Amino acid sequence: MAGFSWFKKKKVDAPAAEPVQVVAEPVQAVAERVQVVAEPAQAAETQAQAVVEPIASEAAASGGSRSFASRIRSIFIGNRFDSEDLDSLEDILLLADFGLNASAEVVSEVKRIAKAEGASSEAQLKAILVRVLAEALEVPGRELNLTGPDLPYVFLVVGVNGVGKTTTIGKLAKWLAEGDWQVVIGAADTFRAAAVDQVATWAQRAGAKLVAGETEGQDPASVAFKAVETAIADKADIVIIDTAGRLQNKQGLMDELGKIRRVIEKSARVSETLLVLDATTGQNGLAQAKAFAEAASITGVVLTKVDGTAKGGIVYTIQKELGVPVKLIGFGEGVNDFAFFEADQFALGLVG
Amino acid sequence: MFNNLSDRLVETFKSLRSKGRLSAADIDTTLREIRRALLEADVALEVVKNFVAAVRERAMGDEVSKALNPAQQVVQIVNDELVAILGGEQRRLQFAKNPPTVIMLAGLQGSGKTTLAGKLAKWLKDQGQTPLLVAADLQRPNAVNQLQVVGERAGVSVFAPEPGNGVGDPVKVSKDAIKHANQKQFSVVIVDTAGRLGIDEELMKQARDIRKATDPDEVLFVIDSMIGQDAVNVAKAFEDGVGITGVVLTKLDGDARGGAALSVASVIGKPIIFASTGEALDAFEPFYPDRMASRILDMGDILTLIEQTQKNFDETEAREMAEKLAKNEFTLEDFLDQMQQLRKMGSLKSMLGMMPGAGAMRKQLDNFDEKEIDRTEAIIRSMTPGERRQPKVLNGSRRLRIARGAGTTVTEVNSLVNRFEQAAKMMKTVAKGGVPQMPGMPGMPGVGGGSSAGKNKSKAKGKGGSKSGNPAKRAAEAAGTTYQAPGTIEKPASGSAFGLGR
Repeated sequence: MAGFSWFKKKKVDAPAAEPVQVVAEPVQAVAERVQVVAEPAQAAETQAQAVVEPIASEAAASGGSRSFASRIRSIFIGNRFDSEDLDSLEDILLLADFGLNASAEVVSEVKRIAKAEGASSEAQLKAILVRVLAEALEVPGRELNLTGPDLPYVFLVVGVNGVGKTTTIGKLAKWLAEGDWQVVIGAADTFRAAAVDQVATWAQRAGAKLVAGETEGQDPASVAFKAVETAIADKADIVIIDTAGRLQNKQGLMDELGKIRRVIEKSARVSETLLVLDATTGQNGLAQAKAFAEAASITGVVLTKVDGTAKGGIVYTIQKELGVPVKLIGFGEGVNDFAFFEADQFALGLVG
Repeated sequence: MFNNLSDRLVETFKSLRSKGRLSAADIDTTLREIRRALLEADVALEVVKNFVAAVRERAMGDEVSKALNPAQQVVQIVNDELVAILGGEQRRLQFAKNPPTVIMLAGLQGSGKTTLAGKLAKWLKDQGQTPLLVAADLQRPNAVNQLQVVGERAGVSVFAPEPGNGVGDPVKVSKDAIKHANQKQFSVVIVDTAGRLGIDEELMKQARDIRKATDPDEVLFVIDSMIGQDAVNVAKAFEDGVGITGVVLTKLDGDARGGAALSVASVIGKPIIFASTGEALDAFEPFYPDRMASRILDMGDILTLIEQTQKNFDETEAREMAEKLAKNEFTLEDFLDQMQQLRKMGSLKSMLGMMPGAGAMRKQLDNFDEKEIDRTEAIIRSMTPGERRQPKVLNGSRRLRIARGAGTTVTEVNSLVNRFEQAAKMMKTVAKGGVPQMPGMPGMPGVGGGSSAGKNKSKAKGKGGSKSGNPAKRAAEAAGTTYQAPGTIEKPASGSAFGLGR
């Protein structure tokens, strides 16, 4: 059974990997990381409180892989924070792909609360940031939709090219099969070279039945239909449909998705349409979500590859603007490398 | 509201119409817009910061403050800087002196390496090479199958001794592939490797080992154009962990702005060689830095920008002056007027800036000294109106009187009168459509009064048919002006046209 808390694997030995000792290390942090910023207007102000050089140069110095923890720590040396610190806070969020608007919004909220609560220490500010993020990321309806009277449930898995749809399906199928669910997988990616072979391997690993097309390049909707019919005939519990990766600006391909969905719904209700999103994606992630929401009515996001250095901060805006929750996260190529999304865990992992 | 940088900058500059020059505050506003545009385009934060600093430095200079269209000039600077970082010149694939040429592909999971391998192979085959695809991704389920299908479609051989799916050693496969290529005399070997995280030490070591085993002529870092801030981390990790010789940007058929291109180029300094633009085998082209720059900036049609900003400037003044010149009516009075206007950094320069080929002349004006204007003004004010209109009447005693009145020497007065006459002569020539000859200055086409100004206007309005890949060049060609690449204008010799330089 997949774990309920997620963790980062295979981090290199760098300061970033150390757990944050907020109280223990401020002095050392001063010695290592502080550089006074030579801003004419603020030179006097900042002498008493060593202001740290923009995050980027520190990041460069330490090899690029620093946790948010160490970044935040290096901001609040003097146990006080001011507008420059909030700028640095904004940088942290920008670096996590929150985007300009979301970053400004979050920082503004942190500032408001910090003032209201009289927060002054690094630890307090960090805690506020975690709270703000966790609250914002907590969206109702986060559970996978595995309820309802009619079986089989149908999951449609969609997304742009290379994000990890097929791997996610393998992980989901395995998890369900371990819970004694009878799983059918529909190999409706009839386009990409050896895509059917790939999902067949995952079906085998998961102990799920594979339904594929008869001819190469067969209409994906017909394969999806066949998979649903097979699941019904077999009295299976769930059918998961794999689709070809498609860029959201390709209208024809987006229309095809709509068609796949409609064809499925002739036989069964679609319980979940999961948009698989690569955590390294930048602001384009929002455009992806919007387009897939329109074309396929996505009900949830799977955020993949979070075991890398990317944070996937774009999900903040996706959830906020579209109300689509992140339901699952993937963090590796192994069949068990996934977990259910938990907002506070995610926020903690982001901030450190 | 404003969708792109050019829209926003045009709006920023609307208020500058009467001012004619940029203040530091104006520049800061502009830079904020540029920063915003770049961050929205997913350019890495540290790269944005450095980039904006570089643009600020240029924007503070004469280039912008003395430009006819500050907005255009700033956008031009941003575009130039982007193109420079993205790699002004196109870099070609490096071939080995003695075949086979070995190309290793490396990158994150899902970046498009295997699809690219097929495209590369087909492209090389069409050029008369004999490529061999090597299935060294033994990790991802059915990666070997995928490469085999791709190879089949491209009509090239695939070396796949191991089935993959966890079975086999990629390093050994790569080594054996080179042996095989040598035996069978393939001219190019393309090694497809498994996607890996930059922070995965074990897999980065494997990549290094593959590199050592194959001694590639190219290690191409394959990166998805939709990647965000993480681009910098990933690029550095691969550069440090494996060593990169070139970069390929993929999925450019999407609508991601692709700021990652700038991040990667900027941070590891390796050239972006190819662009992958689709899933089909032929969706593959050399990387064009200027096109990428426009995409990152979301420039849309740069011609539109120029049109819009030109509207903000008063061209009637220019026409009036041109008419005066043509009618040979330019007097010291006018000279005085112009100099006073020059103090406001206004008309003369702007007008001259609008004349075709006047870029060089403008550089002359750039060299003038404000105090020079004071002195010149004093001298002319000491003249009677008659003397100003007819400098020929200036005999010795008049000159002495003028010198005393202006608190200067007769030599200075002589100098001024000479320079004015030279200037008047030159302006006559210019107005009549000729090429004035001045020491150290390239000749320019004439103005021809108002008519050619009109011609230029209508040309700028149409969408030009220029084939240049450089949007600025295309725009300049369409507007009837010459595209001046930065740094091509020579310093003028002393003795400038208007007697304003030294």
